[in-house]
Amino acid sequence: MTDVVIQIVNLTREYLMGAERVQALRGVSLEIRRNEYVAIMGPSGSGKSTMMNLLGCLDTPSTGEYWLNGQEVSRMPDDALARVRNKEIGFVFQTFNLLPRASALQNVELPLVYAGTSARERRDRSRHALERVGLGNRMDHRPNELSGGQRQRVAIARALVNEPSILLADEPTGNLDSATSADVMRVFDLLHRQGQTIVVVTHEADIAAHAERVVTLRDGRIASDARQEKVQAA
Amino acid sequence: MPFVEAVRMALTTLWTQKLKSFFSLLGVLIGVTFLIAVVSIVQGMNVYMENEFANRLVGLNTFQVRRMPNFNMGNITDEMWREWLRRPRINYGDASFIQAKLETPAIFSRSCDDRTQIVANGKSAKDIRIEVVDPGYFTIKNYDFSAGRPFTAQEARAGLPVAVIGNDVAEKMFPGIDPIGKSIAIGGLPYRVLGVTTKQGTLFGMSLDAFILAPFDSPLKRIACRLGYMDEFHVQTPSVNQMNQAVGETEGLMRIRRQLRPAQDNNFAIQTAEGALSGWKKISGVLFAALPGLVAISLVVGGIVIMNIMLMAVSERTREIGIRKALGAKRRDILAQFVIESATISTVGAAIGIVLGIGLAFVVKATTPLPAAVAPWSIGVGVFLGIFVGMVAGVYPASRASKLDPITALRAE
Ligand SMILES: Nc1ncnc2c1ncn2[C@@H]1O[C@H](COP(=O)(O)OP(=O)(O)O)[C@@H](O)[C@H]1O
Ligand SMILES: [Mg+2]
Repeated sequence: MTDVVIQIVNLTREYLMGAERVQALRGVSLEIRRNEYVAIMGPSGSGKSTMMNLLGCLDTPSTGEYWLNGQEVSRMPDDALARVRNKEIGFVFQTFNLLPRASALQNVELPLVYAGTSARERRDRSRHALERVGLGNRMDHRPNELSGGQRQRVAIARALVNEPSILLADEPTGNLDSATSADVMRVFDLLHRQGQTIVVVTHEADIAAHAERVVTLRDGRIASDARQEKVQAA
Repeated sequence: MPFVEAVRMALTTLWTQKLKSFFSLLGVLIGVTFLIAVVSIVQGMNVYMENEFANRLVGLNTFQVRRMPNFNMGNITDEMWREWLRRPRINYGDASFIQAKLETPAIFSRSCDDRTQIVANGKSAKDIRIEVVDPGYFTIKNYDFSAGRPFTAQEARAGLPVAVIGNDVAEKMFPGIDPIGKSIAIGGLPYRVLGVTTKQGTLFGMSLDAFILAPFDSPLKRIACRLGYMDEFHVQTPSVNQMNQAVGETEGLMRIRRQLRPAQDNNFAIQTAEGALSGWKKISGVLFAALPGLVAISLVVGGIVIMNIMLMAVSERTREIGIRKALGAKRRDILAQFVIESATISTVGAAIGIVLGIGLAFVVKATTPLPAAVAPWSIGVGVFLGIFVGMVAGVYPASRASKLDPITALRAE
């Protein structure tokens, strides 16, 4: 079925801490369809980040399968994963992860640099992405000349610029105050309305309230998976 | 990762961390500076020695018969020196014997020189080189005249007290006056100035224009030629081949005249331009042989410094590497980024080294009598070495960076 963007089957991930094995994910199965807006919730240590890293192809599972757009990515070698990250995935981090010495525009251009896009097209598309998140007038600013909310919006623009099939955000408002958080969530809502598939990790209920579906993790397993009425963005 | 991007990034890093960059460049910089400066000076010396020194002092296709060699740049042992001093001097008879018997066509000039005081135009000058020569000398030395003329064969034969003076003597003794026809007193006797030679310039800082030439048989001979002996007998031939032939002939003639047995060594010297260069060739050969070693040492040190700087950069920028990987950078993108960065740093060092090396060569040229000529190939070698050292030094740090796990890298602070 082409409408399924993400399909994970019995996914596990264990870490070795010296002699001790930590089971961060203990068999998770999940399907996410095009244009879904999913929040992943759960207490600290429940495996949310581990799952996001797997979904984002930053990490590979210990066992289980991960299909992204009908392609099995769980057993892919390094460079193939880099390609998938580049083309299919837009990642937004809690700590923004912008390059401090590069301007907003240069930061947004980075995924296109690795995609081998020409300089001219890179600039045009990055401008457009920054305009989409409302930062058309801040392109030449460096991260330290921007507020937290603006930095996160640059990060969102960077995640969007390659037109990924899925936007992943791990606690995107974790470092922001509530007013800026609301700004950033409005951007997500807008992108969702424009057709973007979104997965957001959060432990805050009012952030999760923006999503149409909430998956709750507990001890590395799915505790609940429920659809909900989406709150209307102000 | 596009090349231009990586170079630009490297230059930005260099610029933002000026002091650190400077130290990281130092090794390569010193190596390349040294390379360029030494090559420039040696090269300059080569050109100078061949074009100026040998041909000006000895003359084109010319050799001199002497008691001992006059250009000694190799090491001369005490024993050699004692042997030279035991040799008989060259006398007038030797000169006329060679001149009469030599079959190769040639121009000849006897010559004796000394330094003495001169008086003219109410001025006096000490320590001026005086030399008595035959008319052929002007041809042998290829002298041009800025005023007047050389002395003629007749004047020479008659031993008239006439003189040709160098440009320095003319300017010093006759400032603003035409010296032709004026008289210069040497050893109490007046000599009439016939001509002034064009300016010859300097050689290793010594003027080539402070001389007075008079006919060999003029009264000046008594001052210049001590005890009836000659300093040098000049022989010039029309071509190199004929010169080699004449050298062989002259050697044979001198051995006959001195009645040397086959087992005996020559007790005279035949000085050619090439012979005058042999000492210098030895010195420059040693310099060129030592150069690669010295340059290699500083480049190896420079490479190690750059490698450490790059290792530091990789650990300081672990998070940046994580970000790039998360956004789709492949291993080879990260590898290329750091290798290019390392090569750029090193090439900047080499470029500064080239500029400093050329500068140093010109400072040496301006402040010492040593000449300098920048060899274009040495600049090419400098640039190549810069890129090469940087790439080699960058490979290990870059490969460490490229192998970082994205999640671990992203967590780094
Ligand atoms: N790199 C790691 N090495 C060892 N243990 C880890 C590592 N990453 C996560 N864990 C462990 O896995 C579990 C899940 O972590 P995480 O996915 O970060 O949870 P969450 O994001 O929900 O707080 C935790 O017990 C954590 O300590
Ligand atoms: Mg987490």
